[in-house]
Amino acid sequence: MNQKNLRIGAGAGYSGDRIEPAVELAEKGRLDYLVFECLAERTIALAQQRRARNPEEGYDPLLEARMTACLPACAQNGIRVITNMGAANPVAAMNKTASIAARLGISGLKIAAVTGDEVSGQIRDMDLRLMESGEPLGTLRDVLVSANAYLGAEPIVKALEAGADIVITGRVADPALFAAPLIHEFGWSFSDFGRLGKGTVLGHLLECAGQVTGGFFADPGYKEVPNLARLGFPIGIVSADGDFELTKVPGSGGRITLATCKEQLLYEIHDPARYYTPDVVADFTGVRFHQLEEDRIRVTGGSGNPKTGLLKVSVGYLDGFIGEGQMSYGGPGAVRRGQLALDIVRERLGFLGIDTADGQFDLIGVNSLYGPTLPVGEPAEVRARVAVRTADRSVAQKVADEVEALYTNGPAGGGGAVKSVREVMAVQSVLIPAELVRTEIHFQNS
Amino acid sequence: MQLREIAHSRTGDKGNIANISVIAYRESDYPLLEKYVTAERVKAFFGDLVTGEVIRYELPGLGALNFVLHGALAGGVTRSLRLDAHGKSLSSALLGMEEMFFIEAFE
Repeated sequence: MNQKNLRIGAGAGYSGDRIEPAVELAEKGRLDYLVFECLAERTIALAQQRRARNPEEGYDPLLEARMTACLPACAQNGIRVITNMGAANPVAAMNKTASIAARLGISGLKIAAVTGDEVSGQIRDMDLRLMESGEPLGTLRDVLVSANAYLGAEPIVKALEAGADIVITGRVADPALFAAPLIHEFGWSFSDFGRLGKGTVLGHLLECAGQVTGGFFADPGYKEVPNLARLGFPIGIVSADGDFELTKVPGSGGRITLATCKEQLLYEIHDPARYYTPDVVADFTGVRFHQLEEDRIRVTGGSGNPKTGLLKVSVGYLDGFIGEGQMSYGGPGAVRRGQLALDIVRERLGFLGIDTADGQFDLIGVNSLYGPTLPVGEPAEVRARVAVRTADRSVAQKVADEVEALYTNGPAGGGGAVKSVREVMAVQSVLIPAELVRTEIHFQNS
Repeated sequence: MQLREIAHSRTGDKGNIANISVIAYRESDYPLLEKYVTAERVKAFFGDLVTGEVIRYELPGLGALNFVLHGALAGGVTRSLRLDAHGKSLSSALLGMEEMFFIEAFE
C-alpha cells in the first residue's frame, strides 16, 4: 500500500480538447498518472458507426495525435496513462497505441484494453424503459446503433494491478477514471464508500480538465482569467485518506480559485447529496474548498453511500435528419428583413408539403438562445436560421436549399448563406443490473 | 441591479435536463440568494423555454444554489434543433435577472 501523495493530471476534458496542456502536464507536472477523458454521451455511438464500416476503427479520432505528443514524456517520467479513448473499440486503440510506441522507439510498455461495456446483445430483448421518454426500449429496436454501460473503476484497477502502464477503456463513468488509481495505489476497498465518495469528488472536479483551471469561466469585468490563451490543465495531489489539493503547472495560463472549483463541483449535477456512479453514490454537500496559496486549493469533506447495483446504459439510435440553413442581414431594418426571410421560408416549405412543426426559426442576435425571454434592442446585424427535423434526408436537403435560395428570392441584402444536412444520432438511457455486465481485460506489450 | 453583481453561474446538461448553479461571490450574500432566487422565480424567468418543473438544491456551506430544470433542452442535447443544444448559455441569461433584493444587498 502506497502512503505517499499521488499526483494525477487531467489531460483532456472532451474528445476534441487541446493537446498542448497535456504535454505540459506530462513534462512538468511531476505526475504519477495522466488521465484523458474523451467520451461524451453521443461520441461512442458515432464511433460505433465508424467501427461498423471498418473493424480496425471506432476509437477516438485524436488518439494518434494525443499519444504521439504525450507518450515520450510519459515514458521518460514513468507516468501511467488512463483513458476512455478506446470509445467503441478499445482493443484496436490498444494495438494502435502499441504501434505508436514502437514508432517512437518506446519499448517495454504494457498496454491494457478494457471491454465489456458494449451490451446491446444483452439488453436488446429485455423489457426496459427509456429513462428520458418513458417508452419501452423495444421501440428503438430497428434504429439502435449502440448500447454502452457505464463501467466502474474495478476493471481499470485490475489492469493496473496487472502492471499496465496504459489503460484504454470504452464507456466508463468519468470519475472512475480518476478514482481507479487511488483505489489501486492506496489499497482502498470497494466497500469503503466514504473514500470512494472523495475519489468521485476528485474525478468530478478533474474530468473536464480546463473547466476547473479557468476555462469556461472568464467574464471580463467580473471574472478575470490571466493568460487564458495558454490555459493549463489541473493536477490533483491526493493523500491516502482521499482529501486532496488542486493545482496546475507553475507558469501555465488560467487560475484555480474557490470560484472555479465551486462552478465545476456543481457542473452537470442534480441532487448534490446523490451523485450516482457505478461505484458509489457520492455526497457533495460536505465538500469545502480552502485557498492555500495562489492556484492551490485544498478540497475536503467529500463522502459517499453504498452504490445502487444498477448501471446506466447509454443507448444510441438514429433519429432522422436535420436540414439547416442560415443567412445574414445587416444595417437599418435588419431585424424586419430577417423576420421576413424566416416567414417566406416557412411558407415555401409549406408549398412543398414539408411539415415544419418540428422546426426552429431563429433570428441569431435576437432570439436564438432564449426565445422571446430576454428583451433586445435593434442589433447591427442578425442571422436568420431555419432547422427542421425530418425522417427523410432528401426533405432535409430541400429545407437547407430553400434557405440558400433567399439569395435571389428573399429580402434585400441577404449574405453569407450556409447550409447543412446531418443525420441525428440521439441518445437515451436505461438502467440494468450490474451483474449483467462482464468485463474483460486484454494486454499488449510495446 | 442584476444577479450578476453578487453571483456567478455555470450550466450543465444531462439529456433534456439542464442544471444551473448560482454561486455567491461572497458567502455572506448567500442568504439573499436563498431568500430571493427561488425555484418559482427561475421557472418564471425562463418562461416557455423550460417545459417541466424546476427544483432547487441548497448548498449553504458553499454559498451556492443548484437549479435543476426539467424539459429545458428542447428534447435533449442529441436531438434538439436549438442553436445552443447544450443550453450552455442559460446561466448567462439568469445572471441578468433583476430583483429588488439588490437594494438590500448594497445597503
